[in-house]
Amino acid sequence: MKQTKFFKMFRLLFLVYVLAIVLCGCAGGEQGDTTGVTTTASDPQKGPQKGGSVVVGIQQDLDSLDPHMADAAGTSEVLFNIFEGLVKPDKDGNLVPAVASDFKVSEDGMRYTFTLREGITFHNGSPVTIDDVIYSVNRCAGRLEGQEAPLVSAYSVITEVNRIDDKTVELVLESGDTELIGYLTAAIIPKDYEKQGESPVGTGPFRFVSYSPQHAFVMEAYKDYWQQGMPYLDKVEFRIVANTDSAMLELKGGSIDLYPYLTSDQARELEGQMEVLLGPSNLVQALFLNNAEPPFDNVKVRQALACLVNPQEIMDMVADGYGTEIGSNMFPAFSKYYLESTKDIYSPDVERAKALLAEAGYSDGFEMTITVPSNYQFHVDTAQVIVEELKQGNIQAKINLVEWETWISDIYRGRQYQGTIVGLDADLAPKDLLDRYHSEARNNFVNFSNEEYDKVLEEAMASIDDAEKVEKYQRLQQILAEQAASVYIQDPAKLVAINPKLDGFEFYPVYVLDMASVYFNN
Amino acid sequence: MGKYKKHTAFIIGLAISLVLLGVMLIGIFYTPYEPNKMNGSEKFMAPGIRHFMGTDNFGRDIFSRVLEGLKTTFLVAVSVTVIGSFFGMLLGAITGYFGGLLDEVLMRVNDALAAFPSILLALVFISILESGTYNIILALGIIFIPSFARIVRGEFIGQKELDYVKSARLMGASHFRIMFVHILPNILPALCSAITVGFNNAVLAEAGMSYLGIGVQPPDASLGRMLSEAQGYLFSAPWYALCPGVIIILLILGFSLINEGMGEQHA
Repeated sequence: MKQTKFFKMFRLLFLVYVLAIVLCGCAGGEQGDTTGVTTTASDPQKGPQKGGSVVVGIQQDLDSLDPHMADAAGTSEVLFNIFEGLVKPDKDGNLVPAVASDFKVSEDGMRYTFTLREGITFHNGSPVTIDDVIYSVNRCAGRLEGQEAPLVSAYSVITEVNRIDDKTVELVLESGDTELIGYLTAAIIPKDYEKQGESPVGTGPFRFVSYSPQHAFVMEAYKDYWQQGMPYLDKVEFRIVANTDSAMLELKGGSIDLYPYLTSDQARELEGQMEVLLGPSNLVQALFLNNAEPPFDNVKVRQALACLVNPQEIMDMVADGYGTEIGSNMFPAFSKYYLESTKDIYSPDVERAKALLAEAGYSDGFEMTITVPSNYQFHVDTAQVIVEELKQGNIQAKINLVEWETWISDIYRGRQYQGTIVGLDADLAPKDLLDRYHSEARNNFVNFSNEEYDKVLEEAMASIDDAEKVEKYQRLQQILAEQAASVYIQDPAKLVAINPKLDGFEFYPVYVLDMASVYFNN
Repeated sequence: MGKYKKHTAFIIGLAISLVLLGVMLIGIFYTPYEPNKMNGSEKFMAPGIRHFMGTDNFGRDIFSRVLEGLKTTFLVAVSVTVIGSFFGMLLGAITGYFGGLLDEVLMRVNDALAAFPSILLALVFISILESGTYNIILALGIIFIPSFARIVRGEFIGQKELDYVKSARLMGASHFRIMFVHILPNILPALCSAITVGFNNAVLAEAGMSYLGIGVQPPDASLGRMLSEAQGYLFSAPWYALCPGVIIILLILGFSLINEGMGEQHA
């Protein structure tokens, strides 16, 4: 008897297969160009409602709850809701006063004066004093006892922190720098509070409730927030989802209300169930090359790679054509400083790439490993396209998927890699994207080293004339592109899936998720 | 009647396996498209004339990738079974035949290894060795030794007290000769059945590990890897997951039927 059962099972399986193919064939025809993407974030018809709780899906665990210790873009994205600096960025890329109610920068860029906001309090209820501000600035600058290096490297230019009176503080710089203001978004935290890493306390619109590693970060509205009427939501949970697939399941099941890292395929799939918003990610996505590791210590090899990688093809392949091509370590949101022409320095050209490789002595190609954090499907997909593109130049690339924690420790901090694909974010100062290429920079994980670059960068930082600054920064981008410090690809499009009941989501020119402006509509 | 039916199971199993083997062999020399070749204008094409099994999110031909994946999966499964059964047999023969302290020690180690879930153990190996096809073979091969050793040892213990072994010893045959020339052929049915089961487990283990992202690395294809990549498109492009999935089912089904038929014949 058993055999006939097997027979039946076998026939059934075959039938299912054939049926499935036929059914798929019918469904497949409707896959058109419709993507269902809208660009408007809010609908004026519906009024904001107070209260409610929202679950936000995020892609990776937080590397630290201490705002001055956190390195990962994904962490600052979350902590933006808990902490505020003297100033904070708004959605248009302007810096608006936050913990300070007012600030002045002296003409020579040597002195910054801040007035403390009246009545502002920490989440633990105690008022923010000028001592807390001084403590926070000193902590970032590495000027506290027992500190060896600044926690925020940009603060190293601060030589004096002067208390003028109970409400006013003055920062004195070693040389004029009008750009430091962009970094003064670093969190103001209570003085001598030791538990910042476990139970963070700040002044932001939300206060910390709980954090369980690899699972979730929960925060609730801070009732005494200085900005009246904000935030709208009562509670927000950032849930760490292992990968985009499980995020999709949770989105469909309705257990996640907001997920800002959709792929274009997923956006299409969610059509009708979720609203999908489109904006820029403000990231520099690139195939970062370890300039200290042969053969990438040879500029011709790096240039050859830049000629082989075709950003447009990558965008078409992994993002349905969404995204903005870039040619250097800066994205278009920095409109004044951004040098668009860099993207045309290397157009896809296999012959030129082969010639460059031959000049470098690699006419037979070589093998390389591209390490990619496995939690970012977008980068993994990009890597697969790049592997194919590199084959045209006889470069056999292998992909090595690693956990995010391994990526941070081995690649970003340890610099043990050949090539890697990630996206870099930035604070609201163009220097943030460019100073990491200084040969001495702590975060120069590509090991780029170029004398002219170091010189121009130092000049740019010292300059207080805006026109000169712009010129220098554009020169820096030009050098990065000419030297092909890495293979710059794109500023990826950000596709945000949001519960249709929610409104008020804002795209920022920096990598943050502002939950304060989000509300339930009626 | 009963015997005839068992025979049918064996024949069907053999037929499925041979067809798949044939397809795999063809895949080594010829695939309709290059398995990793991307084509932006042919993303997510449903199965049709141009692409027998459709295309995936990069416009790669799924049939070509299934052929490629089948090759990888076969390579891993066969190698793992060979490593596992060879060393398992050696270990089982020695411990079963000689017994004593060596048997005690080796079998306790064996028990300890067998006590861990095999995927977990493989994960540990891979975290030490780094991922990659050959390391997967090594890791799974080692993990598959205990189950073979246990079966062979049991058979040897049963056989060594039988008269033919005793008479061989009286004739002055060496231990080695008795073990591998006299006893081994008598336990072949049990070994063969263990091998077919082992092969199936190896296919599933490879698929499982690649699915978890620690086996074959992208862009290379393996059946498990394809399933893992396809799951994000389960609703928009079901054929993507279905094709490698069905092939895995057929592969397992074929060997299970062979095992079924063979086991009954010798019982």
